[in-house]
Amino acid sequence: MTSPLSVLTDLDQFDLLATRDITVNRIDPRAKVVVTAIFIVCVVSFERHTVSALLPFFIFPVALISWADIPFASLGRKIALALPFALLAGIFNPFLDRESIMIAGAVPVSAGWLSFCSILLRCLLTVSAALVLLATTGFHGICRALERLAAPRMLVLQMLFMYRYLFVLAGESSRMAMARGLRSFGKRGRGHGSAAAAIGCLLSRSIDRSRRIHEAMLARGFQGRFHERLQHRTTWADAAYVLAWCTLFIALRRYDLPALVGDLIGRWLA
Amino acid sequence: MHMADALISPAVGTTMWAATAGMLAWSSRRISRSRDDRQAPLMGVMGAFVFAAQMINFTIPATGSSGHLGGGLLLTALLGPHAALLTIASVLMVQALFFADGGLLALGCNIINMGFFPAFLAYPLIYRPLAGNGRSKARLITAAIVAAVAGLQMGAFGVVLETTLSRITELPFTTFFMLMLPIHLPIGIVEGLVTASVLAFILKAQPDILQEYQPTAPAGGFLSFKGLVATLAAVALLTGGVVAWYASQQPDGLEWAIKQATGKEELQSPQQGVHARLNSLQQRLALFPAYAFRQDAVKAPEAPPIKQPAPDAGNKAARQETSLAGIIGGAVTLALIFACGLLLRRRRASA
Repeated sequence: MTSPLSVLTDLDQFDLLATRDITVNRIDPRAKVVVTAIFIVCVVSFERHTVSALLPFFIFPVALISWADIPFASLGRKIALALPFALLAGIFNPFLDRESIMIAGAVPVSAGWLSFCSILLRCLLTVSAALVLLATTGFHGICRALERLAAPRMLVLQMLFMYRYLFVLAGESSRMAMARGLRSFGKRGRGHGSAAAAIGCLLSRSIDRSRRIHEAMLARGFQGRFHERLQHRTTWADAAYVLAWCTLFIALRRYDLPALVGDLIGRWLA
Repeated sequence: MHMADALISPAVGTTMWAATAGMLAWSSRRISRSRDDRQAPLMGVMGAFVFAAQMINFTIPATGSSGHLGGGLLLTALLGPHAALLTIASVLMVQALFFADGGLLALGCNIINMGFFPAFLAYPLIYRPLAGNGRSKARLITAAIVAAVAGLQMGAFGVVLETTLSRITELPFTTFFMLMLPIHLPIGIVEGLVTASVLAFILKAQPDILQEYQPTAPAGGFLSFKGLVATLAAVALLTGGVVAWYASQQPDGLEWAIKQATGKEELQSPQQGVHARLNSLQQRLALFPAYAFRQDAVKAPEAPPIKQPAPDAGNKAARQETSLAGIIGGAVTLALIFACGLLLRRRRASA
């Protein structure tokens, strides 16, 4: 297993993308969260055998990836990590549902294969939407958006604290894991006994650390909220962003664009 | 056990999100009321700790595979249910965003499966009674294992329910059930063992932690009155809305007895006199005769209550009628009881 710290810093790279000063990043984070939410709801609301109607939805992640200059290779790697779970769940479909509902040329296609493809497409779309949201908004942005969208203050505060100390604790635990691995002669530790001791040690250190952090913050005047530098103002452009994307999603949900286009081409050829 | 968006329908996803949002709001309010400023940084560090701890793998003996701590039960034992729910929710959110482990729409379901069940069901109902005052190591281990297994089984069952209700995958309920639950049994046992070991270690090294951060229980027990009412209301809704579908269509005890005696399931009431007048009054007033929508307001007073045709499993319209009847009936009953409670309270106050 790769070092846990390297896994986290690799993902931190995505969060750093959100700190660049480009147009997409300047859009109000609430707008981006709302658009992503509506995108996901539209995508998953299709009937289970839909394949062609899902394809136009790729315009959203593709547009944002090129607009925000997100490195496609690392995005692809993270999506590839998430695919196996959807694959595992969907792989039974072709075997369980053999009713043939489509003829592709001379080959009858069973409903099971269609629903399997549908699951794959949904996975690709939803995962890429979530990653694009992270890369354009960043974790802090998302927390701020949630707070202004009426999420409980305690939850947002806790998430921000957790995010800050994630990397600190991951560094500490990776050093501990390495020390333990060096002492276990090639095996992964000596069973759950030593792992429990390591975890317990990590736990007491974490609690001590939290006490020190709290006292230090109180000494610096912390009164229950983090202050963020206002990076952008909310303008009508943000509302237009939400409106435009939502109209598009609803239209694509309502009308099956590939079917219409295919129909037109068919009629033109005939 | 993290559910992906690809397998969920909007109805299931948004319902679970609504339930999760409600619970998170409630937990936040309970915590901020406790006025303990140390909670927020502690919870944050605990969340980060769960992440870090999940990276410490260990070999599971006799299987040749490795596992890692889930953390739900451990968090609840250290922080109490409300803080633990918030912490688990934030951990899951970061996992969904950074690791694409679980979808964003499915986050509501995941928080319920992996947060609500261990923190609000497994911990208070199983761990606390079994562990007692937490001093005896043997009781601690037993309590942790049983609670962890129960929590994970409930979570796995939640996944099965949510996936089959979404109807995106073709897996039938029984197959999925028989796949998911047995797999999570050894996982639960291992989680319980690790949790117990960590708690035992803390008991030796820093026992004051176990006492210090436990929130003081409210005077009336675990659930406040409002919480109790809300729970009962939810149970009533669920029973009326869903369980009612599966209500047996066989005649109930009395109807069966009448059928054996007279050959019909209901007795004809006399067509004249007080009986007839009361009967027609009842027909006119009843909103849901025989627990289904009124078929024809004109016909009803002439005949005895019509027995609706038995709704079979596939008859969606009939099911909706029964659900709606169940829900409205439940709500009206609750409202009546609540009103009675209020009246009685005022009576007692004035007496």
